[in-house]
Amino acid sequence: MSLTLILEQSLNGLQFGLMLFLLAAGLTLVFGIMDMINLAHGSLYMVGAFLAATLVQATGSFTLGVLLAIPATAVVGMALEITVLRTLYERDHLSQVLATFALILIINELVRMIWGSDMPLPGPQALSGPVLLLPGMPYSAYRLLIIGVGLAVAVLLYFVVAKTRVGMLVRAGASNREMALAMGVNIKLLFTLVFGFGAALCAVAGAMLAPIFAVQVGMGENILILAFVVIVIGGIGSIRGALVGSILVGMVDTMGRAFMPAILREILTPAFASAAGPAIASILIYVLMAAVLFWRPQGLFPARG
Amino acid sequence: MRRAAPYFVLLLAIALPLVMRSLDQVYYVTMASRILIYALAATSLNLVLGYGGMISFGHAAFVGAGAYTASVMIVEGVPSAWIAWPLAMAVSGLLALVVGAISLRTRGVYFIMITLAFAQMIYYLTISMKAYGGDEGLTLTQRSDAGLGLDLKDDITFYYVVLALLALTVFFLSRLVNARFGRVIEAIRENEARMEAIGYPAFRFKLTAFAIAGALGGLAGALLANQNSYVNPGILHWTESGKLMIMVILGGVGHLYGGVFGAVGLLGLEELLANHKIGWLAALYPNYQQHSLLAVGVVMLLVVLYAPQGIAGLFKRRERK
Repeated sequence: MSLTLILEQSLNGLQFGLMLFLLAAGLTLVFGIMDMINLAHGSLYMVGAFLAATLVQATGSFTLGVLLAIPATAVVGMALEITVLRTLYERDHLSQVLATFALILIINELVRMIWGSDMPLPGPQALSGPVLLLPGMPYSAYRLLIIGVGLAVAVLLYFVVAKTRVGMLVRAGASNREMALAMGVNIKLLFTLVFGFGAALCAVAGAMLAPIFAVQVGMGENILILAFVVIVIGGIGSIRGALVGSILVGMVDTMGRAFMPAILREILTPAFASAAGPAIASILIYVLMAAVLFWRPQGLFPARG
Repeated sequence: MRRAAPYFVLLLAIALPLVMRSLDQVYYVTMASRILIYALAATSLNLVLGYGGMISFGHAAFVGAGAYTASVMIVEGVPSAWIAWPLAMAVSGLLALVVGAISLRTRGVYFIMITLAFAQMIYYLTISMKAYGGDEGLTLTQRSDAGLGLDLKDDITFYYVVLALLALTVFFLSRLVNARFGRVIEAIRENEARMEAIGYPAFRFKLTAFAIAGALGGLAGALLANQNSYVNPGILHWTESGKLMIMVILGGVGHLYGGVFGAVGLLGLEELLANHKIGWLAALYPNYQQHSLLAVGVVMLLVVLYAPQGIAGLFKRRERK
């Protein structure tokens, strides 16, 4: 286990964590402000990736395609909010879970009808090679780009939520919805905007991760669960919690996958270690979440006082 | 008349294989077994979800644990159903006891998420069991052995065993929810603080219901593994938990036959759409059969939005008029 390997894996963890943050930020806002469990958030991530793949193909430019996919996905998200999800705010959590679960099936099949089961989305040619970060430590240029984009969006998000009027309304809605309503906030419009914004973040994550993972039907389902783990760990409705939670989950997941088999090999038989290592690594984040919930049931950074 | 209805349906269910055999359509018996097994799983979830008001998003884990227990017993050379199936129930019940003991300390959304988290842990655990197939799954060379001259390899015999177990479960559930225990967990669903105040240990009642539901889920799992002669981690995936919840909602939350209605409705619809050509749908979209889940999703969405009482609710309303 050399130092460069650890460094490389922590960069991978950071990169994955930042992308998780883009998903979790939208999810936690929807969850915190509207008190709505939206399982279909992962479907927006998928739609974002498919739209990006199509637009990159059509325009021939990675940057242009991704930039166009972001508003397009936001429009899809807002349309979804206005047609279906709006009617669910008043319902109990069970109805929300089930209705959005039904939406997953519907959107999966619609995507399959329109685009087929998968699509290629190659990363930009210029960034396909590695760059030398330190002497003797090359690192994928594209992954560095993801880290850059993730950090930029996180800063932008912080600025919007903490420093602008819209952000103030969002925070007011998250900490006390009724009070915000009573103070004359146009909740309906705010909800639609937040939803569109969340969908746009999904598109960024979907498009940026697409060259590393694959663009395929069902891609949103596993990452959605991770995003939920993140917001539960971080505290529902808290952007700061989502950031800390994502980095934590990204790191634990990546590190676990990279080093768990080696650690297990020290204490157990090699055959068992190589078989059980990846699985135990996958379990780690759920153990983390169960532990956080057990000791701090409101998450690390509760949004409501 | 209404009291006789379930017995009438049971009679129809008993007659089904005989009719199908005479029509030479034994395939439908296999399908009916599958539906009944899911009905058993959904019924067990209904105890927690409907009567207890606990939104457990990890029920597939208990079904899966039962399925794996029964399969591992067969692979390890203990094919007797009298040992393997109760063991499957015990394993799933114990698992539910542990999961419930931790999860039931949380409320609302957090309960939903923590049950999901535990289900995911068990899902990854089954993937890691390389000795028992890992993510490839485990193919069984034989079904469990029930003794008593029952040949479970025969699909019709297997169907009757499943039907008997389902009927027993529904009967057990009807006794349970009409006993003091059932009244208490329903009262806890309505107002937990009040039940605590008048001296009922709410946590213990909820945990007991959770463990019973887990054990029954395990039985459904054992049957499912036998039915398919195959298990894989896919049956523990979180979307399977979602499907079971959909069945409960579709059938009727907190209704005795909710799980049965729901399983028949959902799986029946899936089957109808996937394997039978419907003229007007085909005219609308020629390849619709490849996208049958789309229609399932739409029906689910409509049920949640406009008929939250489910199929059982339709019967209830008619009765009142």
